[in-house]
Amino acid sequence: MDVNNIAFDHKISAHCENGVSSNLMDFYGLKLSEPMVFGIGAGLFFTFLPFIKLNGAPVTSFRPMPGWIFSRVSKSLGVKIKTQKFSRSPEKAMNELNTKLSQGIPVGMVVGVYHLTYFPAPLRFHFNAHNIVAYGRKNGSYLVSDPTMENPKWISAEDLKRVRFAKGTYKPNGKMYYVTDVPKDYDLSKAVKKSIKHAAMMMTKAPGPFVGISGIKLLSKSIRKWPAKHNKKKAARYLGSVIRMQEEIGTGGAGFRFLYAAFLQESAELLKSQELLQLSVKMTEVGDLWREFAINAARVVKNRPQNNESYDSVADNLLIIASLEKTIFEQLYKLKL
Amino acid sequence: MKLSEVPKDDANVLEGKTSFIQYAVDNNGNYVQEKSPGFHPQNIALENAWEDVNEQISEALELVIQNKKSPIYYFMHREIMDTKLLAEYIDLWAWKVKRHLKPSVFKTLNQEQLEKYAKVFGLNEVNDLVNFDPKKWM
Repeated sequence: MDVNNIAFDHKISAHCENGVSSNLMDFYGLKLSEPMVFGIGAGLFFTFLPFIKLNGAPVTSFRPMPGWIFSRVSKSLGVKIKTQKFSRSPEKAMNELNTKLSQGIPVGMVVGVYHLTYFPAPLRFHFNAHNIVAYGRKNGSYLVSDPTMENPKWISAEDLKRVRFAKGTYKPNGKMYYVTDVPKDYDLSKAVKKSIKHAAMMMTKAPGPFVGISGIKLLSKSIRKWPAKHNKKKAARYLGSVIRMQEEIGTGGAGFRFLYAAFLQESAELLKSQELLQLSVKMTEVGDLWREFAINAARVVKNRPQNNESYDSVADNLLIIASLEKTIFEQLYKLKL
Repeated sequence: MKLSEVPKDDANVLEGKTSFIQYAVDNNGNYVQEKSPGFHPQNIALENAWEDVNEQISEALELVIQNKKSPIYYFMHREIMDTKLLAEYIDLWAWKVKRHLKPSVFKTLNQEQLEKYAKVFGLNEVNDLVNFDPKKWM
């Protein structure tokens, strides 16, 4: 059955899960900017897991687990969502999607990008935490809003099924989600205050050496060891992977700092807080330092020098970032809003 | 990042299909969205990653030509997979897939198994596997 009556507004965003969340909420009359969604979703995060390898390099992540932002935004505003997974039944997953679409409901889905036909080829690696929304169907093809694309795209049922059942790390298993109930009114200020506290806690108070500021310091320490521990090529690949995690679509380190700064700015206005405005400016400065780190690291990746000095200088960048972020997030944590 | 500093380093990683979105501060100090075709460090890192991949593909092809590995080994690398990921796509144990990388075991695969591999590798015909022609893929 064709579906062409869902008046869904596609908007491009910096990060796919922000975009999907913002666009889905918008459909139900909840207007939230991308920075606001990112902030309330407590999307700012850092973790470095030296012992887990992804595409042959240790995992550095600037984002929380896939699905976290959407579920947190919904919860904090009282929006009810339903999530479904279909571990071994693609047919059922497609049927469920069709049913929801025919009821006029836009449906969010987690997909892998490797087989995503409309995606730019240079970015098609086996990465399985991408989010898109289906909101139309015609002759067996689906109209999807991919927040990293400027315009909506059509994708065949066969191709959609394939990406919904991509294999590897973080298998989506056909995961889909949609809004079932939206509250008449909600307390945005409360959600903002709570989420700032949460993000600040994760960055400064998470136990263990892998998360938040401690994670950034651990990454810095590891980077110093890479040129001695690994051959030129491997050390360069490891560092390159950090940059890619930082800057590629939807995973951005610097980009996320700017997003968070934009969120703090918007929140400052909402809560009439001069302190938040100042911290927004500081956050922007840290974003600039992350960018500098990327530029420095890319130079090392490209030249593949053997001396430890260049790796040390990149590691130093991270230590400065860690100490600045520590101050900012400790202040955010203590802030009486 | 100021609006004027949003990187405009186009290395065609988006193939003209879309833009990256960056948030930057305008002259009044307000955050706004700005499109970007790319950022130099990211382009370098991406280029580096593809160099790695392509090197592995060439090495794999060489091993198949020398008959040290079966054609599956080449196509696996072409799809940026390892045996673990390929096994998931084929729906077999990884150790079985690993065995199929041996030319001697590969010869014993039946039509059904070959078709499964061909499908995962996006090949139109099983013949591309059975009568592997290196020239076609160079």
